Amino acid sequence: MTQDMLYSICGLLLFGIGLYRLIAAPRILLKVLAVNIQGVGVFMLLVATAYPHSDPVPHAMVLTGIVVAVAATALALSLYCRIHELQAGSGTEP
Amino acid sequence: MSSLQLASLLPWLVSLPLLAAIVSFVLPGGRSCRWFCSAAAAIHLSISMALLLLIKRGMDAGGAVYNIGGWGAPLGIDLHVDGFSALMIMLTNGIAFILTLYGAAYFTDTRKQARFWPLWWLLITALNCLYLAADAFNIYVALEIMGLASVALVALQGTVVALRAALRYLLAGLLGSLCYLLGVALLYRSYGVLDLAALGQRVLSEPLSWAALGVITVGLLLKTALLPLHFWLPSAHASAPAPVSAALSALVVKASFYLLVVFWLEVMPSATSYHGLQLLGALGAAAIVVGSLQAIRAQRLKLIVAYSTVAQLGYLFLLFPLVGEPLHSGNSLGGAAISAIIYFIIAHAFAKAAMFLSVGNIQHVVGHDKLTGLNAIARYMPLSLAAFAIAGVSLIGLPPSGGFIAKWLLLNLAIDSGQWWWAVAILGGGLLAAVYVFRVINFAFNDADSQLGADGLFNTQGDGSTAAPRLPRMLSACAFTLAVVAIVLGFTAPWLLSVPGVSFPGAAGSWGQP
Amino acid sequence: MFNELDSTKPLPVGVRWVCAAGAAALTLTLVAMVFFAGAPASGLSGEVATRLPQSGVENPVTAVLLNFRSYDTLLEIAVLLVVVVALVPAGTTSANSADWFTSLRLGAVDPMSVGFAGLLAPIIVVVAGYLLWVGASRPGGAFQAGALLAATGILLSLIARQMPNFCRLPARLLLVAGLLVFILVGLIVSLATGAFLHFPQDFAGVLILLIEAAATLSIAAALLLFYSGLAQTEPAR
Repeated sequence: MTQDMLYSICGLLLFGIGLYRLIAAPRILLKVLAVNIQGVGVFMLLVATAYPHSDPVPHAMVLTGIVVAVAATALALSLYCRIHELQAGSGTEP
Repeated sequence: MSSLQLASLLPWLVSLPLLAAIVSFVLPGGRSCRWFCSAAAAIHLSISMALLLLIKRGMDAGGAVYNIGGWGAPLGIDLHVDGFSALMIMLTNGIAFILTLYGAAYFTDTRKQARFWPLWWLLITALNCLYLAADAFNIYVALEIMGLASVALVALQGTVVALRAALRYLLAGLLGSLCYLLGVALLYRSYGVLDLAALGQRVLSEPLSWAALGVITVGLLLKTALLPLHFWLPSAHASAPAPVSAALSALVVKASFYLLVVFWLEVMPSATSYHGLQLLGALGAAAIVVGSLQAIRAQRLKLIVAYSTVAQLGYLFLLFPLVGEPLHSGNSLGGAAISAIIYFIIAHAFAKAAMFLSVGNIQHVVGHDKLTGLNAIARYMPLSLAAFAIAGVSLIGLPPSGGFIAKWLLLNLAIDSGQWWWAVAILGGGLLAAVYVFRVINFAFNDADSQLGADGLFNTQGDGSTAAPRLPRMLSACAFTLAVVAIVLGFTAPWLLSVPGVSFPGAAGSWGQP
Repeated sequence: MFNELDSTKPLPVGVRWVCAAGAAALTLTLVAMVFFAGAPASGLSGEVATRLPQSGVENPVTAVLLNFRSYDTLLEIAVLLVVVVALVPAGTTSANSADWFTSLRLGAVDPMSVGFAGLLAPIIVVVAGYLLWVGASRPGGAFQAGALLAATGILLSLIARQMPNFCRLPARLLLVAGLLVFILVGLIVSLATGAFLHFPQDFAGVLILLIEAAATLSIAAALLLFYSGLAQTEPAR
């Protein structure tokens, strides 16, 4: 097995782990983390795809994907914080 | 007019809404911003109209291609337009224009307005990008803009219920786009290109392309909310502000459906199978039944309309078996099936937008949308209820509405291709739609049981006078206009169905060929 | 699947096993297909290498990001703007615009940190500038530089216990500068070359640096906004 194939398979496994946690994890924060892990899995597959030919296009795709992931995570966390704020204000348990 | 001029319109459909987003973010003013946004929406509408007319004249059935950055595919990114995408762009910008007018009158809180307009323009940018896209990764980025902007627009409402719905929508959307990205990564791994036309030429029927199509399909089905993956839709569409609900149901879910059609029928037909096409159709038929039954059981107006979207989306997926059967047996009813589905998309978009707006109007006046509290409401807001009823006619599929023509075309196809069981789903869905539409109308026009009348309907003040907020005339006018268009569409069928490029010549190969 | 958002009790064991089995089956199928499909295709590396001299930069990744596939990067900055709009404090530029800075609810800062931050901040800014510049030929670029600048911004605002007031017009301009410059450059070059974002070869390097500089500022401002938005609303737990 070549090195890049090993990394490709690890990327797919990360995607699977993230998928499981996204569905099964009980808390929002864990779900947000799980989506991020899925994303990292896909990025790893892309980087491993680029490796044998040192292809810059997947690298550019990963950089774009990272920015998108940061933005999406920030949005998710802000929604989470606002829900908690509102629930703390109204006195109900989250 | 040459096809060069046609292509030169394309980048404006991306850059102008982006500029509008920037301006409305930097200068969030009250009145001036509303005028600016209405003007911008009118400009987008006229550009997309010009685009559709140029395509309609039909210089080139394969559509037009624009090389962004001058590099050209496969190294650079192309924009591509054909009859299907031109109609979708026209639909998007047409409905967006009316919703912009509605939004300008709907949002009275300047803080909400300041957030709404930039997000609104970003959403329109994303929709235009998706219909113009000819590159697999470009579609991913546009999908993310669309998804995040939709989530932020749902969260605009600010209540805990809306925020929770937005967060669920966000997680489902992220899972969907990551599945899509995984598919793109697998495709790039096998074929080394991202351009859809080049991919279409290279894709073979082999395990890796099946896997890629599988994850892409699951991702896009999540975003389109087809039956088992529709769990996020009702709460998100029902808790957003009215113009946002209308845009989400009429436009946003259609964009990911459009991508499914592109991938299944144009880019990767060689990786599809008869059973896959039948499965998508079966899920669609199940969605029609389950969505309609949920709509019949729902107790809130907005939820009824949202579940109705789940059901109506089911019809779209009947395209796959109807186009697939003839394709695999070498005959070509395919083009007719695509035309019928496009017609259905347009008719549903207008009807559903009209419904969400009239429900928004009711909520605006009454303060809630619980079905049991709406007795005799038609007496107080006849225009909005008329809009609801007329849109309902199109949704049920009664003549002479657009919905009737669309279902008629689908029925013909089902019979012609010898798949009568889809005809049962089409007719049954119409009956179920009649049940939930008439249930609402029954409450709204019920005069006999009017002890709830004026006093019970509105929040009664201490001195006994009713405090119904006045409904701006623009709000009911917009809802009514959309509903009327949904009916008038029935008379424009010959024109719409004659747009070239809607009738695909064959399965693959209409991409990028001049 | 997400019906019980943020419940504290985990799913029933049986359901978890079904989920795990499903995820595992899907993953293993994908692994098998990737494994038996063999080595990846050569992709676009050849195309990029041939056209690299015409791109105005030497680093192939930067050439792809800001020239060959600049449209994707334009949309990527638009994704950031979506979240910026969602997180920016409510209020218009006319109202609430008295101050350049708003104060943060934080405790006292010890003098050691103040002194250290004073030393560190200029160094990080210089490094960020270097990363931006070096992106043309080696790994680096707008996002890396912007992230460093944002880190400096967070450090300084924690020390000063103040955040920029994102309701003010200059701050808003800073947040959109990257996207605005990108679109305007794209439209202006199209007058000369006839295609949106088609940079003339002789000016490509300069234009890319201009776009990246504006994007760096906007990315830094956006990340700072994300931080302040989340820090302000952090739930008391």
